Amino acid sequence: MAEQVLNGAEIILKALKDQGVEVIFGYPGGAVLPIYDALYKQNDLRHILVRHEQAAVHAAEGYARSTGKVGCVIVTSGPGATNAVTGLTDALMDSIPLVCITGQVPTHLIGNDAFQEADTTGITRSCTKHNYLVKDVKHLARTLHEAFFVARSGRPGPVLIDVPKDVQFNEGPYVAPHEVRHKTYRPQVKPDLARVEEAIDLIAGARRPIFYVGGGVVNSGPLASKLLTQFVRMTGYPCTNTLMGLGSFPASDPQFLGMLGMHGTYEANLAMHGCDVMIAVGARFDDRVTGKIADFAPGSRKIHIDIDPSSINKNVRVDVAVVGDAAHVLEDMIRLWKARQKRPDQAALKDWWSQINTWRKRDCLRYQKTDKVIKPQYALERLRDAIAGTDHYITTEVGQHQMWAAQFLPFDQPNRWMTSGGLGTMGYGLPAAIGVQIAHPTSLVVDVAGESSIMMNIQEMSTAVQYQAPVKVFILNNQYMGMVRQWQELLHGSRYSESQLTSLPDFVKLAEAFGAVGLRASKVSELDEVIREMIAVPRPVIVDVAVDPTENCFPMIPGGRAHNEILLGPADRPDEATPEDGMVLV
Amino acid sequence: MPNDLTNKIEKHTIAVLVDNEPGVLARVIGLFSGRGYNIESLTVSEIDKENNLSRITIVTSGTRMIVEQIKAQLERLVPVHRVRDLTDDGPYIERELALVKVAGTGERRSEAMRIAGIFNARVVDTTLSSFIFELTGTAEELSAFVALMGQLGLAEISRTGAVAISRGAAGF
Repeated sequence: MAEQVLNGAEIILKALKDQGVEVIFGYPGGAVLPIYDALYKQNDLRHILVRHEQAAVHAAEGYARSTGKVGCVIVTSGPGATNAVTGLTDALMDSIPLVCITGQVPTHLIGNDAFQEADTTGITRSCTKHNYLVKDVKHLARTLHEAFFVARSGRPGPVLIDVPKDVQFNEGPYVAPHEVRHKTYRPQVKPDLARVEEAIDLIAGARRPIFYVGGGVVNSGPLASKLLTQFVRMTGYPCTNTLMGLGSFPASDPQFLGMLGMHGTYEANLAMHGCDVMIAVGARFDDRVTGKIADFAPGSRKIHIDIDPSSINKNVRVDVAVVGDAAHVLEDMIRLWKARQKRPDQAALKDWWSQINTWRKRDCLRYQKTDKVIKPQYALERLRDAIAGTDHYITTEVGQHQMWAAQFLPFDQPNRWMTSGGLGTMGYGLPAAIGVQIAHPTSLVVDVAGESSIMMNIQEMSTAVQYQAPVKVFILNNQYMGMVRQWQELLHGSRYSESQLTSLPDFVKLAEAFGAVGLRASKVSELDEVIREMIAVPRPVIVDVAVDPTENCFPMIPGGRAHNEILLGPADRPDEATPEDGMVLV
Repeated sequence: MPNDLTNKIEKHTIAVLVDNEPGVLARVIGLFSGRGYNIESLTVSEIDKENNLSRITIVTSGTRMIVEQIKAQLERLVPVHRVRDLTDDGPYIERELALVKVAGTGERRSEAMRIAGIFNARVVDTTLSSFIFELTGTAEELSAFVALMGQLGLAEISRTGAVAISRGAAGF
């Protein structure tokens, strides 16, 4: 096969095309000018110009998470790369497949403290799944293909390729993706069947079982969610989702207990605490989920299905570990469950469900309904009803509004819910929404936001307007960093240290200044009309919803507490002061 | 005993076969510092130029759960070919090399020389008032030698850290 000779910049774009990339999120600069010149000369790849490199990465995350494809980012050297670090870390924590190409100063200047030089591979080593510095154009094509393979295989994650400017100019050979095979990286996709047999024996023998399902099922692809739903229904067992797992099991299914963890439902957390067999699928026993490790699901036997062997026994010791891709494992489980004619103990299951139903009756998400002030939960219920049945995607920023959105917005399908779970990045939601909207131009995309979070990447309204991406920013404006305020109220004697933004912009005028539409709801009576208009306007919209500034997010398991020490509402106070080892937990 | 998994500190020698690419050592060290694992010693050298392979030997300590995590995390690094826990996998040989400079004259000087003979240390440099001894052995043997030299004019020590290999015919 004749080798094609291209310059480095052309090799990069050709490799992206061959890897199926359609959209690049980026920002030009001195060290990536050759790539941008090559972009100018072609029409296959679409470039979305953001206003800040962090937003380029979050937009690519939104794009990736809503499509299942690898997101692609190009930024320049130095500040371009350092601005991308938060986004890369976010993608690493939430296992989002990305390829980020950074420009670098020419090879002969590396190490000289040149203009806009940063040790990008050094800085990003711990916030990427893998990274490369390509010093010779002859390795460039191979490295790009490897990067896509690493980003999307196994537990997905961000991969960075640092390309010095001279390498972008130099001519070199192009190799096609199929000619590249990775030397070392071979994640285990198919499970060990002996472990699967052990798992189904344990599952079938359970008396108080629960499925605890995380983002790994979403990452595996839509088939995994389908198989999971099938298997959960075959067993008749209850199922709870983590924040990242929402949508992998239909929220409308009667077997769904809602989200678990720090702000999860009463029934999900108590069922976790009281279960005798836990089936963790694509979930990583994060501290937000487990609470106090020593009192986590005491007396339970645990099965952990995960593609990442390092997730197993990291925080919690499990009894049966099944390493493999969720879809493969679930397929084997269903097959063996049928072949072995497994039948759960129906009497025990009936008792378990009746116990769960008494927990459900506590109606843990209830809140004080009033027509005097818009409660944030009420605003989300109205949003939920207005978008029900539409083709919609939800992103969030980070804080109270995020937890309320997770509690109050139902997801029946995977890939519809984009939130910053692991890193908890304020400012994630708007750029992520833009990425989602670019991938799904005719769908409704709503960023449920707080007024503090939205200020962190508000400049991206300009991007939304430029590309006519009609994202809807639905701000639950309580004039506080709500979650910080809540913790200060509950754990720090109501000393509201620096958690109030006393000078906020007029969000309606701000939207208009960006060339978007601004709407406001200050009274309960205005809410429905504002939501209706937000959906109807085919343009980017900021909705400023003035909500009760004092509302707290419940249920809540305070740091260092066990699942059964969950607080249900404002009247519920911890019986004793939070233990010191709990206070230090974030 | 579940308590042994989370309480008892064990010392493990782990061999890691990696692609000899830039940054690979930084990745391994960054993993240990970033996740708060101990490194008692770490050695690295290229072992196969043609296939571009290096071998890293790490002596670490932690509870059983932590040691399992360390191995899983090492295996997760993209340029890592293989990870082997020599401590778990049966008998193995562990050796370290030390260069020990001892300065002194008279009785102390001859005593240092006599003890070096007992330890099979080699003299690799000498002046009228100093020796440099080269000694290989286990970390404990080296430490015992260094402790004795402490009484006899110990001036400087350089140690390599452990390298290790499994016993028997099977390769890595």
